[in-house]
Amino acid sequence: MIDPIFLVEAALNGILLGGILALLALGLNLIFGVIDIVWIAYVDLVMVCMYAIYFTVQVYGWPVWVGGGVALALGALLGIAVHVLIISPILGSAAVNQLLATGGLLFFLQSFATFLWSTDHRTVRFSLPSWEIGGIFLPATRLIPFGISIIAMVVLYLFLTKTYMGTAIRAVAQDREATALMGASPRRIYLVTSAVGGLMAGLAGALLIFQYSVHPFFGGQFGPLTFMICVLGGLGNMPGAFVASFVMAEIIQIAGVIWSTEMGYVIAFVVFIVMMFVRPAGLLARRQ
Amino acid sequence: MTLARGAGAVLLALLLLEPWLPLGDVRQYLLHVLIQIFVWAFIGGAWSLMGRFGLVSLGHGAFLGLGAYTAALLWNFWGLTPWLGGLVAVLLAVLLGGLVAYPCSRFQVVGHYFGLVTLAVGEVVRLLIIAERDWTGGSLGLSLKPAQGDSLLAMQFADKTVFYYASLLLWLAGLLVWRRVDRSMARSAMEAIGEDETAAASVGIHVTRFKVGITALSAALTAVGGVAYTQYISYVNPDTLAGIGVSLRIVFAVVLGGMYSLLGPTVGTALTIALSEYLRIVLGLKFIGMAETIYGLLLILFIIFLPAGIYGSLASLVTRVRRGTMVAGSAGPA
Repeated sequence: MIDPIFLVEAALNGILLGGILALLALGLNLIFGVIDIVWIAYVDLVMVCMYAIYFTVQVYGWPVWVGGGVALALGALLGIAVHVLIISPILGSAAVNQLLATGGLLFFLQSFATFLWSTDHRTVRFSLPSWEIGGIFLPATRLIPFGISIIAMVVLYLFLTKTYMGTAIRAVAQDREATALMGASPRRIYLVTSAVGGLMAGLAGALLIFQYSVHPFFGGQFGPLTFMICVLGGLGNMPGAFVASFVMAEIIQIAGVIWSTEMGYVIAFVVFIVMMFVRPAGLLARRQ
Repeated sequence: MTLARGAGAVLLALLLLEPWLPLGDVRQYLLHVLIQIFVWAFIGGAWSLMGRFGLVSLGHGAFLGLGAYTAALLWNFWGLTPWLGGLVAVLLAVLLGGLVAYPCSRFQVVGHYFGLVTLAVGEVVRLLIIAERDWTGGSLGLSLKPAQGDSLLAMQFADKTVFYYASLLLWLAGLLVWRRVDRSMARSAMEAIGEDETAAASVGIHVTRFKVGITALSAALTAVGGVAYTQYISYVNPDTLAGIGVSLRIVFAVVLGGMYSLLGPTVGTALTIALSEYLRIVLGLKFIGMAETIYGLLLILFIIFLPAGIYGSLASLVTRVRRGTMVAGSAGPA
């Protein structure tokens, strides 16, 4: 039998991981809800932003907040670039083609990163304290990203509910044609949404670098998981994605402690598959 | 279409005679590339059986990996011939296909959702192979136990020529199956389902039966492809045979060629393999990753500018030109 303290620790780690996953999933979900396209390469954009913060902080020795700012700006720029260069030319084509175009971007980013920076794992070293409470270690490298992630999500929520642009974005997600008739330009909204989605990828990258080393295939670690969280929560459904992030993170952490890391993911994915059959519209969807 | 037929016949004759052509040192390499093209075109064709009806699977790596590992493990541990092992592999793939397709059909999981469910299935197979590392070799992969010399029973041959003809046959068999499906009643039924499930059901089409059937067929063929590829390479690896990477590669090749035509998957596969081999030779080891970078970039460009696939776009262009020059009604279907 496993010592319960390990399970408690795993559960706590699950909450901390869930906070980061929620940020990733909300960024992707925002884009999906508004533009109706799944960016397969979303976590690969995060990977590029992680390199940005690695180079600014670890290699050039700039302060962390400057590196974070660079990562955020780069994320927003990448989001706009992806939309203008890849998505907008194929907005009208088949859903498969849209999915595959961003899949091509995935191959491109992974290989170009390999070409530029090799496959070495790179880590930013922070000397931050760690607290012990009743035998459970809580390192600041996990607590700080969690806190920032929660704050960022609150800011996103306020942006979407309190500003004119945010309201327009939500309106497009609800009804594209009607919003255009109300005089809001979908093109501008798409661009802003992509920029905000990219910005969140940049932020996620800046937070992930606290705990994970970056390498060109980083996207494979979190990519599939992020799509599944979005679908599990209901594509375009923000509170659903938030809850789903924590559910998946808990499954991965606890099953990971009981069996093995891979089995943690296997169980999480199987839960996802089964939930697709039981609640296809998402965890928090109302029964129709 | 006589010109196209003639060109096709010449090409087929060249392919049949390839092992005897005076190509010098290049011959072995060319054989290797062609074997890969045939096997992956066969797998791509198997994928397109589902893809063309709107069942876009992003997890065919599941069937590929399941097939390859089943036959390889049965051979390595119990010495079971891959002929029988392949049969077991096909049965398991059909079972998995049914296990995915049946609930997906009953609960109306379609479109993006179907893609993501299959993607999850592919990842589950890959992770299970890695997790069971004690007997599957984990991420390091597994080499097939060598038989004594050439052996038909073990499906192992030192000479590439044998594999070449075997893969050529496999590819032709795949085209035959594709054509049979294309000309069957099932095609009309599946197309109706792809257009509008409720309407199809209302005219008496058994939606679930057709969906499960086509998925089982596609899964079975994909598993066969997996076994064939394993026998040729005599090595299996979870990252090259299961999971999201290989699944996306299959889809890419097919979409690039065009999934609605008989030769589309073959054209797409041939192009992607030729392209990556060419880039690998030209760029070599100096620029690691550059070949794949260009590959990814070209994929994006192709999808933006040739959405119907290369073969599909060419075919419709030819039809349009003919329609324009010939008297209406005399132009045959492309």
